[in-house]
Amino acid sequence: MSGLYDGIGGEAAVNAAVDIFYRHVLLDDRIAHFFEGVDMERQAQKQKAFLTMAFGGPHNYTGLDMRKGHAHLVKQGLNDSHFDAVVEHLSTTLTELNVDQAYIDQVIAIAESTREDVLGRSSAPDEAAHV
Amino acid sequence: MATVEFEAQHCELADGESVLECLERAGHSIPNSCRSGVCHSCLMRATSGDVPPAAQKGLKETQRAQGYFLSCCCYPDTDLNAARVDGDSMRIRARLLSKESLNERVLRVVLDAQDSMAYFPGQFVNFARADGLVRSFSLASVPQLDEGLEFHVALVPGGKMSGWLHHEAVPGDELDLMGPLGNCFYVAGNPEQPLLLLGTGTGLAPLYAIARDALHQGHTGPIHLFHGALVAADRYLVATLSRLSEAHANFNYHSCVRDEAGPTWVQADVDIHALNLVPSLKGWKVYLCGNPALVRQVQRKAFLAGASMQDIYADAFLPAGG
Repeated sequence: MSGLYDGIGGEAAVNAAVDIFYRHVLLDDRIAHFFEGVDMERQAQKQKAFLTMAFGGPHNYTGLDMRKGHAHLVKQGLNDSHFDAVVEHLSTTLTELNVDQAYIDQVIAIAESTREDVLGRSSAPDEAAHV
Repeated sequence: MATVEFEAQHCELADGESVLECLERAGHSIPNSCRSGVCHSCLMRATSGDVPPAAQKGLKETQRAQGYFLSCCCYPDTDLNAARVDGDSMRIRARLLSKESLNERVLRVVLDAQDSMAYFPGQFVNFARADGLVRSFSLASVPQLDEGLEFHVALVPGGKMSGWLHHEAVPGDELDLMGPLGNCFYVAGNPEQPLLLLGTGTGLAPLYAIARDALHQGHTGPIHLFHGALVAADRYLVATLSRLSEAHANFNYHSCVRDEAGPTWVQADVDIHALNLVPSLKGWKVYLCGNPALVRQVQRKAFLAGASMQDIYADAFLPAGG
């Protein structure tokens, strides 16, 4: 996977992306409310960790971490439409940064692979999510 | 092989071992999560020794300046003295030198520290009174420009520390200082960068320090200091800041009063006024001090106006229990 991460531009790319991505998210009324009252600096760090993972970079997230981390949001009504919105912003951010479409597709695929865990749904036994 | 000194223990680094791994092997519990240099849970501070740059990647300039590093990514070549980030409990004895009213509610308090305390103008310090009462105050002084440590103390209704300082403390009285703490200070390296300093109440104290520090260090970029008050009586340092803007072409002082009109200030919410004057904060460094709700609100507005998260320093003055 380091081919993807290095191809996009590694850590520098994550740093360039995080502010752009986080701004898109905060300006989107469909999902901004999930970030109310959240410590912005801490949230930006989490966005950075998420983007690092989505860009195929080094991380230690497991499917269970994604599940636990979003469980309180699922209780607040987090659903597919919100997940879609975030993936949309991921794509827009990478397009704004002139990343190759082939890489963008790979990043979206990685993000997609976390959908079931993020939304706290069970997946089929032979497709157990491990990120 | 290099060693890490931590909490009075000497830990020898094994081959290819990070500071985090070394301290864990020695039995210490160090907060950590991603172990990849991203989450910052393992943040520590080097009190002496050389920190490899790789261990400071992703940290704010102010954190790097204080020797902070990510222990999961730290592979030092030479001996390092490490400390927990929240364990800055070094106490310095200080003596009250003078008190002076800056307006009806704000007192300028100047302390003399027995051992000189190194600090960055704008950081804060915890005052620890002999009876155990502890409260935080931001430094308004600049070591190269001022004698003593200056603080601006607002009288809080029923406030134990502010009440004591206003009504009872006399020159010669002693207390201990813990710190300095905080990230709200000027770092040289980008002398032409525009700076936005915005605060309410005694949030002016650290902003006043940061502005003078920046100018003293030769900052040439525009510096805009916005002070917000609810009523005109809450303004202070008006003449001083006006003189500062006369003396420095790049320094601009904006006084906002929300609830009263007047000839020498703008009647407006300070954040609305600031963002009207500077709608895009892309490339700016932003310092926000004072009322917590306002600080958090402006942090968000500043970010959405284009300021990078790395360049926003938010110091919310949270009230204590009493």
